[in-house]
Amino acid sequence: MKLPSFDYAAPSTLQEAVSLLGAHAGSALAIAGGQSLLPMLAYRLVAPSLLIDLRRVPGLDAISVTDEGVCLGSKVRWCDVESDARLRTAHPLLAQAVTHVGHSSIRNRGTVGGSLAHADPAAELPGIALTCDAQIAVAGALCPRTIRAEDFFLGPMTTALASDELIVELRFPAWPAARRWAFEELARQRGAFAIAGLALYYDLRDAAAANVHIGVFGAGPRPQRITQAEAALNGRVIDEQAIAAAARTASATVEAIDDVNASAAYRRSLVGTLLERALTRAAQG
Amino acid sequence: MSRPDAYIGKPIERLEDLRFLRGRGQYVDDLECAGALHAVVVRSAVAHGRIRSIDTAAARTLPGVHAVFTATDLGAKVPVIPVRSESQPSLDQAVQPVLAHGKVRYVGEPVAFVVAETAALAEDAADAVTVDIDPLRAVIDRAGAEAGDVLLFEHSATNTAGRFTGVRGDAAKAFAAAPYVRRERFRVQRYAPVPLETRGLLARWDAHAERLTLAGAAKVPFWVRSVLAAMMALPEQCVDVIETDIGGGFGARGEFFPEDFLVAFAARRLGRPVKWIEDRREHFLSTAHAREVDCELEIACRRDGVILALRGQAWTNAGAYIRPNVASAPRNIAQMGAGPYRIADLHMEVSVLLSNKTPTGSYRGPGRFEIDFCRERLIDLACADLGLDRAEMRRRNLLTDAEMPHALPIVLPHGKGGELDSGDYRVTFDRCLAEIRWDEKASLQGRLIDGRYHGLAIGCYVEGGAIGPRENARLVLDSEGMVTVYVGTSALGQGQETVFAQIAADALGIPIEHVKDVFHGSTTCVEEGFGSFGSRASVMGGCAIAAAAEKLKDSIREAAAARFGCPVSAIEIIEGMRAVRAGELQLPLHELAGRELAAEGTFAAEKRTYSYGAHAAHVAVDPRTGQVEVLEYVAVEDVGRILNPSTLHGQALGAIVQGLGGSLLEELIYDEHGQLLTASLASYLLPSMDDYPDIRAVALELYPSPLNPLGAKGGGEGGIIPVGGVIANAVACALGDLGVQPFELPLSPPRVWQLIEDARGSRRQAQRTAR
Repeated sequence: MKLPSFDYAAPSTLQEAVSLLGAHAGSALAIAGGQSLLPMLAYRLVAPSLLIDLRRVPGLDAISVTDEGVCLGSKVRWCDVESDARLRTAHPLLAQAVTHVGHSSIRNRGTVGGSLAHADPAAELPGIALTCDAQIAVAGALCPRTIRAEDFFLGPMTTALASDELIVELRFPAWPAARRWAFEELARQRGAFAIAGLALYYDLRDAAAANVHIGVFGAGPRPQRITQAEAALNGRVIDEQAIAAAARTASATVEAIDDVNASAAYRRSLVGTLLERALTRAAQG
Repeated sequence: MSRPDAYIGKPIERLEDLRFLRGRGQYVDDLECAGALHAVVVRSAVAHGRIRSIDTAAARTLPGVHAVFTATDLGAKVPVIPVRSESQPSLDQAVQPVLAHGKVRYVGEPVAFVVAETAALAEDAADAVTVDIDPLRAVIDRAGAEAGDVLLFEHSATNTAGRFTGVRGDAAKAFAAAPYVRRERFRVQRYAPVPLETRGLLARWDAHAERLTLAGAAKVPFWVRSVLAAMMALPEQCVDVIETDIGGGFGARGEFFPEDFLVAFAARRLGRPVKWIEDRREHFLSTAHAREVDCELEIACRRDGVILALRGQAWTNAGAYIRPNVASAPRNIAQMGAGPYRIADLHMEVSVLLSNKTPTGSYRGPGRFEIDFCRERLIDLACADLGLDRAEMRRRNLLTDAEMPHALPIVLPHGKGGELDSGDYRVTFDRCLAEIRWDEKASLQGRLIDGRYHGLAIGCYVEGGAIGPRENARLVLDSEGMVTVYVGTSALGQGQETVFAQIAADALGIPIEHVKDVFHGSTTCVEEGFGSFGSRASVMGGCAIAAAAEKLKDSIREAAAARFGCPVSAIEIIEGMRAVRAGELQLPLHELAGRELAAEGTFAAEKRTYSYGAHAAHVAVDPRTGQVEVLEYVAVEDVGRILNPSTLHGQALGAIVQGLGGSLLEELIYDEHGQLLTASLASYLLPSMDDYPDIRAVALELYPSPLNPLGAKGGGEGGIIPVGGVIANAVACALGDLGVQPFELPLSPPRVWQLIEDARGSRRQAQRTAR
């Protein structure tokens, strides 16, 4: 578990970092908090020729809250999100989800960009990004682009990020103050990887749910939306009957995997339970 | 001036903690050694196969690489690691070579040993070693081992490496006449102690003196020395095995592993010190695993709940080789089935099976945890069948003071028995019921509150300790009246330096501050030592220290009597062992004895002590997710005389948390090819600070052991023994209305959920059949 040998660079501008990535495309890796990458290096699951340390790159660590929504710079750490009081109203779902990330020592170093790029199927932030129609702004050799979360996460540890691209920012659409939401996760102990987690929100129109978004992480190979349950709930009053039906739909339609932590059948059942609990909580306001 | 027993029994704060808390502990990796080379083990990536070739050429040419050793470098006969205790000829046939040759038998088995300037270079070189293996089918579980179509050792006709049978009375006869019998199958998963500090070694070879020093030992340094000396063809006195500070042992760390030889061999061959520090992945693959038992247990009772007999079979999955201490678990399963209960007839046959998994060893409460789980579950099931109260049935069968000493079953093939030494097992049981408020909580049993079912359970155990054959200590008194203690037991984190200072201070009648230091474990401390296992260190080491103290005082009195020309009985040792007096005559000790005085003491024990107790738990189970929360956990033990209530309390809490980890979280999972799927702390869940907050442990000292002058009993393992049974029974009780009966650990959320699903399914089935 000693790191393999690699070259190291700590560029001082984003442009420099991107051009280093481009020059070593496919064999360079960027590092920020290192909470996933360092263990992978120690286990020699990856062996980059060059490690590009982003610590000196300026301008990636801002949290901005505007009428447009919330923007998290890619170097924003979990502890930054946790301690930013604005987010508790500007994006309570995000603020809540982040408290479930690892342990405090991990949250002191782990970053937004790192979590998105690593794309662990059980990670909270990719799940939240997908649930909330977030966009991921990236810088590359050619021109900057924005990737929708639904197009970003392709599979376990696999994203749409090109090998010469770097995540700059995660952008969440504005969050109406009256929005109903809930977050549920089951991990076998605090800080452990989630067997499955679920985030949801909806807006109220004439006492009925509208704009229902339900995202699940940990259950399948990548974060996923439960679109059939969303559709079934749109326009309905969130009552016991609606909740039970949605939970059944979620169990039936969620893409679930078997692994050492749990069977697919367990995950299906769990997702239904999490949805039921989340909807009940959200409905209580 | 101290009086006798000014310290024993007091909650003296751990003297060693100041060192640890200030970061001044000296763990093996902290040892600085100029010119040391670093080693990395090349391990098999295949669980079972024939080695076609090992190509080390590329690795040897890498910068900074000093050597790459394979089995062919070790001479005509590759050393094998012997069995340490209770061996059998068939067990000896399955011992592990220090480097694989011919075949590999588990993922992680050492096949080559790389030595380089740094650990990172050595790891680079290890990656460059190509091991070509022709894979064979892997034996994973009991069924695969018993099928016998794939053999780990072809020279043997079977994968059953040995058998231990516990016998008392005539079980067959008792079962034939019993009005009620029930037989069930149980399984305890494979898991491991996982100490905070991984293993590590540093070897130095002094070519001029022909002397080897190996640092990093724990548990049994003297035995490691004798094995190492034999393997290296050195006289024992030319080998020093040094114990450093240890970040936890729990039975695994400190046995003889392949690296103990390889590091020493490389240091001698290369003429340079060699250091090896195990990484966490290696730890999961190479340090002893534990538990993994399939068990069929059958109970015979009268209808009033009096237990008549117990019988059954168990199969321990020992892994690929018989390591030094593989016998303790099957031996204890064979012998300890009755635990603290009065069960006249017992017959228990335990087979030791080989498989293509990491070899196993002992782990805190070896075999006792496993068999306690099976027996306590079976008692609850019998209670349900017979309509008896679970507490009342246990109480009726618990042994009492009047029945002590109580003979234990004989274990074949060695024919050893033993006896429970003292105690009244109802006392801790009653206290435990009171502590958890059993009667008050009875109404919670099986109740659904806020979506979770509540359940309570209670279980009992005995804990064997103070394993002999003997222990030795040496006390050195200097002219300032300061005492240094040397002892042959090892410190693995139990707080031994504190407890031994208490014992020495009381035995000598000096202030504890006058105990300058306690040196333990290393082969340089005393002539012969036995280490720390089986809850032996405090009792055996402590009694040896007390014996040495008496000898020291005797020799002072004799010398003073000779000097003063008076009888020995007239001599008083005064001023905190700095002077002697006989009537008017008085002499400072240094004038009597010069610069320092020393005395050695030995304590021998043929019989073990038996602590005992009861645990109770209150759990809540979420039937939708299968998640179990431990709301309250209470433990009551009687450990004979308590030496230090504070360190004992630490042992109890730590052991309970480890037991809860094994009951709810921890599992080493293999796939069908023998690959370990949980070889990191991301996938192997260890209990941590906030998982089990509400644990209370009460220690009593009602029945001192009659077997030693301190009256002490072992206290390091009791806390883990009953946890599996208590938790499983509490879950069964909570989910009683759903018809859930757990027979296997750990009770992870998916497993509990599956049990609920299965129970629902079989109920539906039953309803359909009824219609």
